[in-house]
Amino acid sequence: MPRTLTINGQEISARSDQTILEAARDAHIHIPVLCHLDGLTDVGACRMCLVEVAGSNKLLPACTTRVQEGMEVRTDTERLRAYRRQIIELLFAERNHVCAVCVANGHCELQNLGIEVGMDHVRYDYIFPTLGVDLSHERFGMDHNRCILCTRCVRACDQLEGAHTIDVMGRGAKSLIIRDMNVPWGESITCTSCGKCVMACPTGALFKQGSTVAEMVHDAEKLAFLRAAREKRVWNV
Amino acid sequence: MNLEELNATATSERLARMKKRHHMYVCVGTACQALNSEQIAKALQAELKQRGQAADVEVKCVGCPGLCSLGPLVEIESRVNGQAAAAEAEDDRRRSVLYQFVKPEDAGEIVAHLDGEPVKRLETPLDQPFFTRQTKIVLEHCGKIDPERIEDYIAVGGYQALLKVLTEMTPQQVIDEITRSGLRGRGGAGFPTGLKWGTVAKSDPSAYPTHVPEGIQSRKFVICNGDEGDPGAFMDRSVMEGDPHRILEGMAIAAYAVGANQGFIYVRAEYPLAVKRLRTAIRQAQRAGLLGNGIGGTAFSFNVDIRLGAGAFVCGEETALMASIEGGRGVPRPRPPFPAESGLWGCPTLINNVETLANVPPIIMKGAAWFAGIGTEKSKGTKVFALTGQVANTGLIEVPMGISLREIVFDIGGGIPGGRQFKAVQTGGPSGGCIPAQFLDMPVDYESLAKVGSIMGSGGMIVMDDSTDMVEVARFFMEFCMDESCGKCIPCRAGTVQMHRILTKIQEGRATRRDIQILEELCDMVKHTSLCGLGQSAPNPVISTLRYFREEYERKVNGEQKPEARSQRAEARGQKPEGRSQKPAIRS
Repeated sequence: MPRTLTINGQEISARSDQTILEAARDAHIHIPVLCHLDGLTDVGACRMCLVEVAGSNKLLPACTTRVQEGMEVRTDTERLRAYRRQIIELLFAERNHVCAVCVANGHCELQNLGIEVGMDHVRYDYIFPTLGVDLSHERFGMDHNRCILCTRCVRACDQLEGAHTIDVMGRGAKSLIIRDMNVPWGESITCTSCGKCVMACPTGALFKQGSTVAEMVHDAEKLAFLRAAREKRVWNV
Repeated sequence: MNLEELNATATSERLARMKKRHHMYVCVGTACQALNSEQIAKALQAELKQRGQAADVEVKCVGCPGLCSLGPLVEIESRVNGQAAAAEAEDDRRRSVLYQFVKPEDAGEIVAHLDGEPVKRLETPLDQPFFTRQTKIVLEHCGKIDPERIEDYIAVGGYQALLKVLTEMTPQQVIDEITRSGLRGRGGAGFPTGLKWGTVAKSDPSAYPTHVPEGIQSRKFVICNGDEGDPGAFMDRSVMEGDPHRILEGMAIAAYAVGANQGFIYVRAEYPLAVKRLRTAIRQAQRAGLLGNGIGGTAFSFNVDIRLGAGAFVCGEETALMASIEGGRGVPRPRPPFPAESGLWGCPTLINNVETLANVPPIIMKGAAWFAGIGTEKSKGTKVFALTGQVANTGLIEVPMGISLREIVFDIGGGIPGGRQFKAVQTGGPSGGCIPAQFLDMPVDYESLAKVGSIMGSGGMIVMDDSTDMVEVARFFMEFCMDESCGKCIPCRAGTVQMHRILTKIQEGRATRRDIQILEELCDMVKHTSLCGLGQSAPNPVISTLRYFREEYERKVNGEQKPEARSQRAEARGQKPEGRSQKPAIRS
């Protein structure tokens, strides 16, 4: 059953099982996302894709909210833009995101979003936590300083590779991405070294060793392809 | 047990009770137990034995009677005429005496005065407003029955409602009765209970993917939310400790109404006494055939299991709580779908607070109209509050909705001690706000509290006097939320950290007016963009103190008030850079 709704005043139609985000993308309407990745389940954690829906006094995440008949969605109001900028600022202040010396510089979703929301400076205190870099794996590395805890790597490892090597430890600001029972990556016995977590990472937190600054290109689209290929058994695009 | 057997047990219990001339109720709730109250019960028993009065007097260990600040408490009920007379006597009038601050050494004196005048030095009047102004529904048996004996609960009419529902009512009639009573969720948000039950009853378990683990027969669930994490709140704990069967009965009635066969009580592991008594209660109810297969000889089956929480505040949030029961990390997920449609393992799940479920049996027995007659137009019944802070009588109270804050603080609470002035009352815990003196005459109900920027919450009520530093209050609650944030969504995880930093800066005299502005922007953003209730309500204490006590913030940023505790605090932080192990001093 198709549904008719408006996004930013534009009338569009969508399948009833689509989320607002999917419907918007089909209609070429851009909604910023960070924890969403095609091919992985949505958790609605980054709050970048929050939209206003007429009749609801709550802001709803576009990635987990299903379309409804007659829905009136706004994705770009002044209020939403301000919130998104604040969220990006909070992320930059939370850990040590120094773009100039980051392997993902130029290919970073956080950096791109910073530019998109017009973040020219951060008004909050930088926290500068003491966090390590894990280079114990022979091919990959993890820099916790660049991690934004979007859990894309956790979900990719669980849902696409089926290993569930990666998970989150701790609570709140002390949350940390770990492997197995918090062992160095190189010592993880469940890691298959498939590299899907590296592909999924939006920032420079997960990288291939040997990539110098600005060389680390994440090929996150491959994960969506993999998922579709397995589920729909279509291996050529 | 069927209805006949239940009635027979109740009658024989009552007869046995009437044979005793005196009944001593010794509070063994967590607070009194910490003051050695179990020793008092032992000392009393030993004393009675020595005097040969043991057959005449019953010593009972009971749950919390409420007035924790005077604990340990011992209440003694005696037959008025003083004669051992006919046990079946209709006229069972009794005299009650309440003893405060009892020590095991007082046992001799108490027993010696059983038939004569009460011990003056220990007596506290029972006609004080603390007792007379309360209306007890949820707590009616707390402090009167032994929570570790199912017979005690049966003797006061326990499980009658369950059997009535099972034998005389259809599930729809039960839901209608609850709907008509106007009962609203006591966990804080005040969602109409009947509506929730109706939604779960109508939900189809096959509408969402379900992956129920092997061995679990039910495709619908009832959860009792006993994860009470608010600082200064102990309502649910007291009910679980003092009257655990009441909760089981409420859950079973709810399960029958919505069509569930499995229930879970989620209790935090910091409540060992509550867990122990609930376990005992479940075992007893199973043995009596009031839980398990074929309850009361009917076709209805319902089992209850306890799940222990590791003490994460966020696990009080329903979706996080369910994730925790499933064995995952206790992190919330976006709603919809609501648990009523897709909850535990994707099945429709009814999740109610302890107090909500405890209200169910009396509504069934006494009728919706009786319950709806108590309280205000939109908030029916009573509410249990944990009254703490700068108030003479701290403890557990149950009052009808619509009572004014002034009555709670000054009549029941006995006012502010030490000749101080009332400044504010904090309701709703970290999700609530501070209500200043100007609203003292406001009725306490869901709508009125929301209007002044606070909430009912689960019922913590912290009274503050004029020596309280409101910025420090806000900072304390923000520190709590920061530590308890699960870390899943960014506004809550990172926003609370920044808000806490700004509040600390203000406290230490390093802040400017610009910081207050940023703080306000953060409050607005965290409130509106966070994923779950924890983040959405975390800014409330800041917002409400900024609203009513803004001059305190401004005094501090203008450098008018020298930060006294500044060096102390910095020192404490130097030693302990993380964690909230340092007891936060709310008073400046």
